[in-house]
Amino acid sequence: MSLDLHRAAPSDRNRAARHAQPRRASFNRLDLKFSPYLYVLPFFVIFAVFSAYPIAYTVWIALTDRSPLNSTISFVGLDNFVELFTNDPQFWNAVVNTFGMFVLSTVPQLMLALLLANALNRRLRAQTFFRMAIAMPIITSTAVVALIFSMIYAKDFGLVNWLLDGIGLDPIDWRANRYASWFAISTMVDWRWVGYNALIYLAAMQSISKDMYEAAALDGATRRRQFWSITIPQLRPTIIFTLIISTIGGLQLFTEPLLFTSGAGGLSGGSEGQFQTITMYLLDVMNQRFRWGYAGAVALVLFVLIALMSLVNYLLARRISSDK
Amino acid sequence: MTTTTLRPPARPAAPAPTSRQAERLWKASPLTWFGLVLGVLLSLFPFYWMIVIASRTNDAANAWPPPFLPGGKLGENIQRVLDNGDANIVKGLMNSFLVSGTITVATVFFGSLAGFAFAKLRFRGKNALLLIILASMMVPIQLGVLPLYILMAKLDWLNTMPSVTVPFLIGGFGIFMMRQYAEQAVPNELIEAARVDGCSTWKVYWHVVVPALRPAAAVLGLLTFMEQWNQFFWPFVVLADPSNPTVQISLRSLNTAYFADNSQIFAGTLIATLPLFVVFVIFGRQIIGGIMEGAVKS
Repeated sequence: MSLDLHRAAPSDRNRAARHAQPRRASFNRLDLKFSPYLYVLPFFVIFAVFSAYPIAYTVWIALTDRSPLNSTISFVGLDNFVELFTNDPQFWNAVVNTFGMFVLSTVPQLMLALLLANALNRRLRAQTFFRMAIAMPIITSTAVVALIFSMIYAKDFGLVNWLLDGIGLDPIDWRANRYASWFAISTMVDWRWVGYNALIYLAAMQSISKDMYEAAALDGATRRRQFWSITIPQLRPTIIFTLIISTIGGLQLFTEPLLFTSGAGGLSGGSEGQFQTITMYLLDVMNQRFRWGYAGAVALVLFVLIALMSLVNYLLARRISSDK
Repeated sequence: MTTTTLRPPARPAAPAPTSRQAERLWKASPLTWFGLVLGVLLSLFPFYWMIVIASRTNDAANAWPPPFLPGGKLGENIQRVLDNGDANIVKGLMNSFLVSGTITVATVFFGSLAGFAFAKLRFRGKNALLLIILASMMVPIQLGVLPLYILMAKLDWLNTMPSVTVPFLIGGFGIFMMRQYAEQAVPNELIEAARVDGCSTWKVYWHVVVPALRPAAAVLGLLTFMEQWNQFFWPFVVLADPSNPTVQISLRSLNTAYFADNSQIFAGTLIATLPLFVVFVIFGRQIIGGIMEGAVKS
């Protein structure tokens, strides 16, 4: 009995397997062929609907005079761009502001981050504490940063003006003065991002071979010399990376200057637009003046500026460190 | 010749100074300590200041000289923010949890799935598709903001949470990070073995890839949640109606009030930051590890 069963079972299974095999093989083929596409599909659906399509539409809309206030849409060719480049001082004011604050924030930000990373790269007690403490600002939102610093830079009861008073200087109206406002906003950006960039640099520094430093020290190179001749060149790809990230973020600057004005009307960036950025101007054109076609042109030019600046920074960073 | 004859005398003594020198090389100088302590103080001071102002009456907050010690009004100020009918911060907190949580779960799931496909599966057009994903990370949202806004209006999503959730369910960063990790964390032999055992691609993902990706998935989840919690630009565009805000938009409403009530604003910033503060205290090491690891690979 048992023998029969044993004999019967495999043959049953074989028969079942023989039947199943073609089906199984074809499932396998389909699985191997189409599963990868299925797995990457969600991204491309989201990307197509919420990124690619809007971008393409921006290009089209920039060639029209579309506005929710107009009942018809007419094609105007490059008129929006011509106006933008030849007859829109407010846009160029926003461009200057954005670049000014970008340079004013990015240069000290990355230099401070380098110094901080270099310090963290020493043998230290409480490494984790130091890393956590300097990374902590990244948990705050740009809105929170802007609100806290708005009060630190208040004209009448602000902390910074109190400090200035303490060393015998006149108080500064941080919102009314153009460069003062740039400075204030840049410090907001830097406070949030220096620690983050320092961690990135620290990670890169830790992957540099210690032997190089020891050899240099034996040859009598000072720490400063080691920093400039070993650390900086070795960090080149990382510096380029942080520069490009800062460029993309910096030229989109929005929340800090918006909330620097308390009360309504933050989009105008101060009474004379002294700290209005390109993104603020874009929303101003879009939602206050309802010139949608024109806003499309502004958005495209902003994008081109970001791409150009990233490229310039890339080339610059490559040059600077290979000279050393 | 001369160098070789000149050097030997110094050599016997060399090893000892070398190690001592190496020792000294990595020692933190007083200046380093000073810089670090200063950096830490500057990093932490605004947090302290947040508590100081949030725990004072508005009059005391706007005093000369400014207050430097916390007062006793924290509970009262927090209550005032929670009751503030313009800011709707309770609704904002709930919305932010919902939106950030949904995006985090989706990003980890879709990111690991696509990351696995790009790292370990063979299919045509893989490199081109990966390039599109990389390029998408370089494009700022401002570029398409206007058509995206029109699209939201057409979908009737303005002033609702889908408008700030659906477009961000999966981004290039999540896929890229998971791909980098999967490449080295999932051994090909393990996948082959699972295939021989008759596993379908889905089963390989579920039984082999997911367990291996868990550490990176946790970090991706943390970073995504933090990023989404702090979103401001796009919610500002589509959530114009203050009755249904995210928490960041609630803060904006506090700031646009006609009378600037700083102690209330600061209590609001405290409430808005607290969830991420808790996350940071518990998972700070992982977050920092994630930032540093991402840097080395990119």
